Amino acid sequence: MKKELFKFLIFTVLILVAPLAFKGGYLMNVLVFVGINTMLAIALNLLLGYCGQISLGHAGFFGLGAYLSGILTATHGLNPWLVMPLAAGLVGLLAYLIGFPILKLKGHYLAMATLGMGIIIYIVFNESVDYTGGPSGLSGIPALSIGSTSFDSDVKSYYLVWAFTLGVCLFSLNLANSRVGRALRAIHDSEIAARVVGVNARELKVRIFALSAVISALAGCLYAHTMTFISPASFGFNFSVELLTMVVIGGLGSIYGSFLGAALLTLLPEFLRAAHDYDIIIYGGLLMVMVMFMPGGLVRSVPDAVRKLVRLKGGAGNA
Amino acid sequence: MLEVSGITQIFGGVTALKDVSFSIAKESITGVIGPNGAGKTTLFNIISGIYTQTSGTVVLEGRNISGLPPERLAPLGMVRTFQNIELFSSMTVLENVMVGMHTKSSSGLLACSLKMPWTFKEEARIRDNAMRWLEFAEISDLAGTVAGNLPFGKGRMLEIARALAADPKIILMDEPAAGLNSQETLGLADVIKKIRDMGITVVLVEHDMELVMDICDRIVVLNLGSKLAEGTPREIQENGDVVAAYLGDE
Amino acid sequence: MQLDQILQFALSGLSTGAIYALIGIGFSIIYNSTGIINFAQGEFVMLGGMLTLFFIGLLQLPLWAAIPCAVLVCTLAGMLFERLAIRPLRKPTPINLVIITIGGSIFIRGLSMLLWGKDTHSLPSFSGDEPITIANATILPQHLWILGITLVIIGANKFFFYHTISGKAMRACSYNSRAAGLVGIDVRRMVLFSFVISSAMGAMAGIIVAPLTMTSYDVGIMLGLKGFCAAIIGGMSSGIATVIGGLILGILESLGAGLISSGYKDAIAFIILLLILFIRPQGLFGKAESERV
Ligand SMILES: Nc1ncnc2c1ncn2[C@@H]1O[C@H](COP(=O)(O)OP(=O)(O)O)[C@@H](O)[C@H]1O
Ligand SMILES: [Mg+2]
Repeated sequence: MKKELFKFLIFTVLILVAPLAFKGGYLMNVLVFVGINTMLAIALNLLLGYCGQISLGHAGFFGLGAYLSGILTATHGLNPWLVMPLAAGLVGLLAYLIGFPILKLKGHYLAMATLGMGIIIYIVFNESVDYTGGPSGLSGIPALSIGSTSFDSDVKSYYLVWAFTLGVCLFSLNLANSRVGRALRAIHDSEIAARVVGVNARELKVRIFALSAVISALAGCLYAHTMTFISPASFGFNFSVELLTMVVIGGLGSIYGSFLGAALLTLLPEFLRAAHDYDIIIYGGLLMVMVMFMPGGLVRSVPDAVRKLVRLKGGAGNA
Repeated sequence: MLEVSGITQIFGGVTALKDVSFSIAKESITGVIGPNGAGKTTLFNIISGIYTQTSGTVVLEGRNISGLPPERLAPLGMVRTFQNIELFSSMTVLENVMVGMHTKSSSGLLACSLKMPWTFKEEARIRDNAMRWLEFAEISDLAGTVAGNLPFGKGRMLEIARALAADPKIILMDEPAAGLNSQETLGLADVIKKIRDMGITVVLVEHDMELVMDICDRIVVLNLGSKLAEGTPREIQENGDVVAAYLGDE
Repeated sequence: MQLDQILQFALSGLSTGAIYALIGIGFSIIYNSTGIINFAQGEFVMLGGMLTLFFIGLLQLPLWAAIPCAVLVCTLAGMLFERLAIRPLRKPTPINLVIITIGGSIFIRGLSMLLWGKDTHSLPSFSGDEPITIANATILPQHLWILGITLVIIGANKFFFYHTISGKAMRACSYNSRAAGLVGIDVRRMVLFSFVISSAMGAMAGIIVAPLTMTSYDVGIMLGLKGFCAAIIGGMSSGIATVIGGLILGILESLGAGLISSGYKDAIAFIILLLILFIRPQGLFGKAESERV
């Protein structure tokens, strides 16, 4: 347990000093998104990697958080800090209610149902023009501020977003190594055996679905206030697939893996500017390759590969 | 302790169980035997709440538990093991048994995630207890092994340890000796007797007749979904119908 | 007047419904022989339309020659997909299968975008655009083509599954693949067959609908999902129940678009999908089954 805490501290320090290495500039802006995507990937990972329940509709919860935040602050002038827990709570409640019927389904059927849910939410964003501005989006969302400091520069947003992201990381790490986390993994491995020793699988799945939606909605709020403009295109099926790709690449059932996957997929397009339009080919290819050749994700495959390499070298040294 | 009365189970057109009744005394070992397809696993699935029977009732310590799902039965003291072992294969042996203590602990989702002070104490208690059950099942040296990598016999023992961690009053075991070598079967017989001596009622489905006759206090025989006979091991051995059913089948 | 309108919507819903039915049967055939819901099913529908265009445009083939070429290439793509993505999978858990077929689906979509760009294209109608009047409602000749071809495909399908050795073997696999393997049926080959048949059917669906609705690299998602919805209504049957499912969906969608709001038209299919999955996951006509332990 001490080791876990130590790892988290190192991670935190790295995150805190990262801006010094990048000296502001436009990459800072990208690192803000790495933070938001890390939150989202962790949210999906709690559900998929730990509890073994897939969702292809998480972009919908992300979008609901963003739109609730955007509409209540930009259109109705409410205080963003008040709106944030409200939005997250409402989305969590919605997920809790949908969760009961939807999580009765398993495997492929669950995937299809969550996909359908995500698309319905997306259609609502597009069609309820009076509230959301429709396809052309919603603008004029205020930046978050504390007292007289507004989080309107990239560096400030970075620290704001990462404060939340680190919080979510720690929260999830704790959860994963606890009584409830074990129950989640037990459901993943054998739902029936978990139920027989008294784990209320149905209720727990719904709760983790709701928790996952709350974290996604929170990420949505932060997204809305740092972008100050949102449109439905960011919350469609493609983004749900992108989140899935992050989780699978990083490693199912690993919190740091989610960070790795989010960082990789957020930074990749920036380095491959030319490849911008081809990102879906890359995601598709990555998903297939990972599932076929590295089902443990990068967090597990890379250390394994390094270990093998070291052993090879060690062997050569002995000979 | 446990009373099963008039259990009938129909799947589509197939009658898997027909009007099966028997009762089980506290702190006894009861064997359920019968040819393949007799309905033994189905009976366990009904008693343990996995299936809901077409008709009939199951009463545990005076309480009607018909139709209750397994997660409600565990707190009442009923657990089981499976014919095809069901382990949490990606978790360590110790963690498997720690999950067994789910109903004997209470920290909720938020308390766990926020590491509230009391969760540390509970976590330590869960770990210590789980370790003790591993020692009981003589697999404590494997505590850190991933359950999916266990040899089959150890897996069977782990499943029993996990069930015991739930502090049951009654444990149902579906073919616990299947796939074990003779050495392991002898060990299993000892473990089952020890479990009974701790005051836990044991019901087991088993094909290994030597084992059944050796450890069971009573035996219930199923054939083609109906109860064929019931009695002490000796009575069953002398029962012509039972012999006929087995000879006719094998 | 209201009644005429409804008739009109129902008529045009019928032909989209037929398309959904074809796609849905494609889903069911693969599901029944492998237990996989192939998320890439819609991409074969897209490929059908796009490849036909490609053969007409690049090779200057006439329509009647371009169509079989497109179907052939699609079928090959389906076989490749099964061989390269599904068969090598070491741990074919449902989640891995979902992820890999989604990966395959967006990979195919991306590749098509790379090849043919993001524009929408239209395919010429099979026999002109002169509307035909039936009792105060009009339909296009293409509608009749769609209904006719769908009928032929479904008939051929039925014949294949009930009157040919391969078809019967595939049905045996879908009831119990282990037992089928034991009596000497090559189960893996039947799996490959199921991908062949359903990608060919998907391609055909994509081709006959393209003259009506235009086509582009990204039409596969929606068409695929609606086909799946048809299959779910039909309880994943590869026969008449899914056809009825498709027709119900097509008509409801068309009525909803006309009478309520065209913007929410696409939502109708997904609301039906969720309702069926929540209330009757075994389909409108099926019986519930309990899981074995
Ligand atoms: N979920 C189910 N659906 C349909 N039939 C079942 C189901 N479970 C068991 N059966 C049938 O019930 C009968 C008894 O099976 P089972 O209880 O597994 O027998 P045993 O454990 O005594 O070998 C068999 O004919 C089996 O096919
Ligand atoms: Mg059995």
